[in-house]
Amino acid sequence: MHQLAGNKVIAKLFTGAAFLLCFLVIAGGVRAQTELLNVSYDPTRELYRELNAAFIAEWNAANPKKISGIRQSHGGSGSQARAVIDGLNADVVTLALAGDIDAIAQRTTKLPKDWQTRLPHNASPYTSTIVFLVRKGNPKGVKDWSDLVKPGIEVITPNPKTSGGARWNYLAAWAYAEKAFNKDEAKVRDYISKLLSNVPVLDTAARGATTTFTQRGIGDVFLSWENEAFLALAEFGADKFEIIVPSISILAEPPVAVVDGNVDAKGTRAEAEAYLRFLYTPRAQAIIAKNHYRPREPQHADPKDVAKFPKATLVTIDEVFGGWAKAQPTHFGDGGTFDQLYKPGR
Amino acid sequence: MSIASPANHGSAWRERSIVPGFGISFGIIVTALSLIVLIPLAALVLKAASAGPADIWALASSPRVLGALRLSFGAALLAAFVNLVFGVLIAWVLVRYEFPGKRFIDAAVDLPFALPTAVAGIALAAIYAPNGWIGSLLAPLGIKIGYTPAGVLMALIFIGLPFVVRTVQPVLAEMEAELEEAAALLGASRWRTVWSVIVPPVLPAAMTGFVLAFARAVGEYGSVIFIAGNVPMVSEIAPLLIVIRLEQFDYAGAAVIGVLMLVLSFIIILALNLFQGALRRRLGHV
Amino acid sequence: MSDASLAADALPVGRPTGHRTVARGESAVVRVVLIGVGLGFLALFLALPLAIVFLEAFARGWGAYRAGIADPDSLSAIQLTLLVAAITIPINVVVGIAGAWAVAKHEFRGKSVLVSLIDLPFSVSPVIAGLVYVLLFGAQGYLGPFLKSQGLQIIFALPGIVLATLFVTFPFIARELIPHMQALGNADEEAALTLGASPWRTFLMVTLPNIKWSLLYGVLLCNARAMGEFGAVAVVSGKIRGLTTTMPLHVEILYNEYMSVAAFAVASLLALLALVTLAAKTFLEWRYADEIVATRRH
Repeated sequence: MHQLAGNKVIAKLFTGAAFLLCFLVIAGGVRAQTELLNVSYDPTRELYRELNAAFIAEWNAANPKKISGIRQSHGGSGSQARAVIDGLNADVVTLALAGDIDAIAQRTTKLPKDWQTRLPHNASPYTSTIVFLVRKGNPKGVKDWSDLVKPGIEVITPNPKTSGGARWNYLAAWAYAEKAFNKDEAKVRDYISKLLSNVPVLDTAARGATTTFTQRGIGDVFLSWENEAFLALAEFGADKFEIIVPSISILAEPPVAVVDGNVDAKGTRAEAEAYLRFLYTPRAQAIIAKNHYRPREPQHADPKDVAKFPKATLVTIDEVFGGWAKAQPTHFGDGGTFDQLYKPGR
Repeated sequence: MSIASPANHGSAWRERSIVPGFGISFGIIVTALSLIVLIPLAALVLKAASAGPADIWALASSPRVLGALRLSFGAALLAAFVNLVFGVLIAWVLVRYEFPGKRFIDAAVDLPFALPTAVAGIALAAIYAPNGWIGSLLAPLGIKIGYTPAGVLMALIFIGLPFVVRTVQPVLAEMEAELEEAAALLGASRWRTVWSVIVPPVLPAAMTGFVLAFARAVGEYGSVIFIAGNVPMVSEIAPLLIVIRLEQFDYAGAAVIGVLMLVLSFIIILALNLFQGALRRRLGHV
Repeated sequence: MSDASLAADALPVGRPTGHRTVARGESAVVRVVLIGVGLGFLALFLALPLAIVFLEAFARGWGAYRAGIADPDSLSAIQLTLLVAAITIPINVVVGIAGAWAVAKHEFRGKSVLVSLIDLPFSVSPVIAGLVYVLLFGAQGYLGPFLKSQGLQIIFALPGIVLATLFVTFPFIARELIPHMQALGNADEEAALTLGASPWRTFLMVTLPNIKWSLLYGVLLCNARAMGEFGAVAVVSGKIRGLTTTMPLHVEILYNEYMSVAAFAVASLLALLALVTLAAKTFLEWRYADEIVATRRH
């Protein structure tokens, strides 16, 4: 009797599984309403949550063909680019640096090579920079890049191989060193090498590094996106951390692009293009400033939001490094300067 | 362990048995194995081979890759060993002794399976970070666990914990009391009884658990990256190197490291399985 | 199989109840030390992480906990996880029984190799488990162009997640069944067959009841792993919020959004689920205790 019970259970399981499979096949065939997929990098989660709501409201008020929602996917910039290359059906990509979108253009036919010229401001509706986040009162007295190589200072940065933000960190440090040592390459390399030897933890993405510094209490200085630093102050309290603006930093331009190959296949080109154009509108620029990114057109943002951005000397990747196409292989490619200068095991 | 007569030496690769169903069961397992595991892994090998021998050698012999492999395999073996010792002990305690809350604890042993590895990593980091529950106690003593190779070990012990317990427990429970009693009646000391009556049947099962704990730990990613520190040559595990290669769009390089890991773990597991088989035969026990 | 034996141990039918004679026991001191060391180890490695999960989940009270779970994205992650488990487990049951049958009931050359191959997915890093499907089914993969021409999406969709989960859970059931079936031997089946039962009937009426409890245990482990898998699924999921995020991925997403209460709330569901299935297992043992003992006393 009881022995049969087990058999019945198994028979039921099989029947159930068969039904489920049928259901899946049918469900897979049904297409959802118009829905966009924005594949983005790590720290933009809060920003796009607000931007998406605003855009959907604006679009649906003006258009008969409604957008039911904008799906978000977040992760390290490089891994997100790879997912799109491997077939993730992104309508738009909004990544940490142009190099990652270049990779999509190079490795697939989904994007033209000149994608960055299709939208104003290098296709970057917002910018940011790299700042130092230190513990309240700045106990180690960190003021500028030169303090980071002092013995006993622990610097937190994610791994430039996996994190877009960390690549900006690295290039900002490099730009400082080039200026400080008058382009003496040996001294620049020595500086970077010393800086890297002060890094106790290399997280894979910007958010992980933020957690390591803020919640685990590791490190004295956190090299951070400016927007991440502001967000950390907002999340964990301004009484715990301080932002230090170094004498020189880099203008980080996180670009956006419509993925032509995908929107044409899905028939969502109009919506996707409108979505990215929306990012440049006064309303979006205000939201951008509110979420601690530097707006391209600050006149549209709340002056209070704009006032919090400290004045800083910012160099661009084009003037110092000749653009991402050059910087990426030189510094972060296999055997690039990062690989050469990272002295393991120290 | 098998009733099949050992006298039946045919030239066939399998001994004849009265039990039917070899064809169909063998067919199903081999088909599924091929579709789900072997063919995809063949794709991995194919991809790795596309790198060319010079590149493969350069990658395989680079200190960074060697360091990561050493850490992954060393920590996994060490963690499996810790789990072997404590797993047998816990199984013994759970089977032989009575104490309050035993059932609950018995059920809780499986938790490392159920807790998503990412959650385990976050929780372990919260415990062993210098400002964590245990980390803050150890910090004044100058002991660091979080963000060091010791952190890797902690994560690997956690995820491998159930294996030895679960393989040893049933063997201990099914053991005939009469044998032990007989040994004791014949004048054997308790230690001798344990050594000659209990250890032989437990050992192969414990080995199985050891192999499983090692195998599970060696490729672990989710729980480790949160607590490892990920510093090259110090606390960087091999799976992380694969991820880093991937993010550089270097599929072939990622595949090469993947194949290296596979080959190494397959050799180790095969060796352990053969050793365990020999152990079973030698001890002449089920 | 631990279930069967534990239950039998708890209900020692046919044995005097006071079977824990001096001959089988250790001194009280040894006993206390062993229990202490064992429990201490478990407290350090099990209780502490678990406590962290629940403490963080309820850090801001019951309301915040419920809000974290009732979020539509959390609910869709829960649905997806259940669906993935519902597909992978039946497949694994069939394959696991077949594998155990071939290995435990028959002698053939290369058996160690087959067992090692069944074990292989255990030791394959979850990252590799995801990677292999990307290499096969990705847009740049070996089958990518073919899939594209057919309009099929495998990775970054449900099929990819199911495949990656199948990969990592592949050994669980076979691994539970093999040692148990080896220990049971072939005598029961041989008797049934000699008495004229058909092979299928022999399997259903003799083997299946014998291995029922280790099968159930295998299913529980398989289920837990299927629901908790992170690394492999992360590689093939595309992390589309509310669409291709399973519960573990959603936990990571929430955690990264500084919503630690919601993150640990979803995580606690997974832990809770494990506790509930384990409780169910204990209940079954109790309910069917006579039967388990009967099977064991064959």
